[in-house]
Amino acid sequence: MFAWFHKLTAPKNFYRFAGIINPWIGTICLILILSGLYLGLFKAPPDYQQGESYRIIFVHVPAAWMSMFVYMVMACSAFMTLVWRYKLAGIITEASAAIGASFTFLALATGSLWGKPMWGTWWVWDARLTSELILLFLYLGYIALNSAIENKKTATRASALLVLVGVINIPIIHYSVEWWYTLHQPATVTKMDKPSIHLDMLIPLLLMALGFTFFYAFTLLLKVRTLLIMREQKSKWVQELLEHGKS
Amino acid sequence: MKIFWYRVKRDLLLAARSRNEWLNPVLFFIIVTSLFPLGIGPEVNTLQTIAPGVIWVSALLATLLSLDSVFRSDFLDGSLEQMLLSPYPASLLVLAKILAHWLTTGVPLILLSPLLAVFMHIPLTTIPLLMLTLLLGTPILSLIGTIGAALTVGLRRGGVLISLLVLPLYIPVLIFASSAVATHAMGLSVEAHLSLLGGLLFFALALAPLAAASALRIAME
Repeated sequence: MFAWFHKLTAPKNFYRFAGIINPWIGTICLILILSGLYLGLFKAPPDYQQGESYRIIFVHVPAAWMSMFVYMVMACSAFMTLVWRYKLAGIITEASAAIGASFTFLALATGSLWGKPMWGTWWVWDARLTSELILLFLYLGYIALNSAIENKKTATRASALLVLVGVINIPIIHYSVEWWYTLHQPATVTKMDKPSIHLDMLIPLLLMALGFTFFYAFTLLLKVRTLLIMREQKSKWVQELLEHGKS
Repeated sequence: MKIFWYRVKRDLLLAARSRNEWLNPVLFFIIVTSLFPLGIGPEVNTLQTIAPGVIWVSALLATLLSLDSVFRSDFLDGSLEQMLLSPYPASLLVLAKILAHWLTTGVPLILLSPLLAVFMHIPLTTIPLLMLTLLLGTPILSLIGTIGAALTVGLRRGGVLISLLVLPLYIPVLIFASSAVATHAMGLSVEAHLSLLGGLLFFALALAPLAAASALRIAME
């Protein structure tokens, strides 16, 4: 089992493997997102309080979930980079950062768009929005550190350590922000209690969440393949690949 | 243990000989805080509401300014490498550097804070509490900040980068400390705030030297 895993994660084999499965992942992603959007935007009933404007949750909520999921993936691969020095793990961490930051930005932007009809302003210092903003800062800090260090090996390991420091701090930051919010809670914001979600809304939401996960996998593998070629420029398999076109 | 105090003494001696290193952040602390009344207006009530946040944000920024130099000179003259090669645990030596950093930047901030509290019209009875939050909070700033300094050691433009890495991690300290001061000024109990700050301090004390030491190892590889 372990030997098989080791073989697969060797740069050359993983490059091939990712090239084979990625079109499939892309197709599944497309099907999931299209059907999720169709069910969510056209089939799901309008909300009795928020009317049609609630439909942005079909993008907002999956994006917010993914923003956290991607950071967790980065934390796991950062751990593997530091402890076992897996080359591939470092590349996965690096490739995930920009994608995770984009998901976080998407969650913030859609949250702000949603906030306009709901709260009457583009931005509210709500606990969840604030935590998401800080998460974006953490992503940007990672990207900044990773691109500032010139030696790639050092950059990978130093920024992996930063991810681990961040992941330890995330719960502390999250709870302190929540605590801060309850302390300063402004009276104008109507806090919505969690309504039991209707099945017609839940199904497209789950489809979208799965679709976003596949989208992450798809873009991740694309980026990992590019980074693998860049890192392994001097190795034999890349030279052969570049000479013969396809591997 | 002897080596620990030796390191602290050495760093303090170095700081005493180059006065700018520790004096500039302190001056910065005073100037930034006194900019706020100029920008916002001298109204007592407004200043009182924003005072805890302003003083604490200025303290964060002043600490950030001094972080760049924590490992800089040691890195340039090679003594950092010797430190990592020595048989003593690197995290202990890093802790000594953190202590020296706190003594040269955190402690002056604490001692000066009553002056700024008067500038910002914080009630006199709250000033000891402001100093107490700084006493609990500034070591955390030094501890977490050293991780950022260790990660960016050897980079030519580490200064701005450190603030990107470290400021998000400072948010809990800022929240607990400044709201402790605000709550106390309103006459309510602040035990919860202080125990949370204390908890953060011990948590950072346990983990930050280890993280900073391994960051240094990575940077020096």
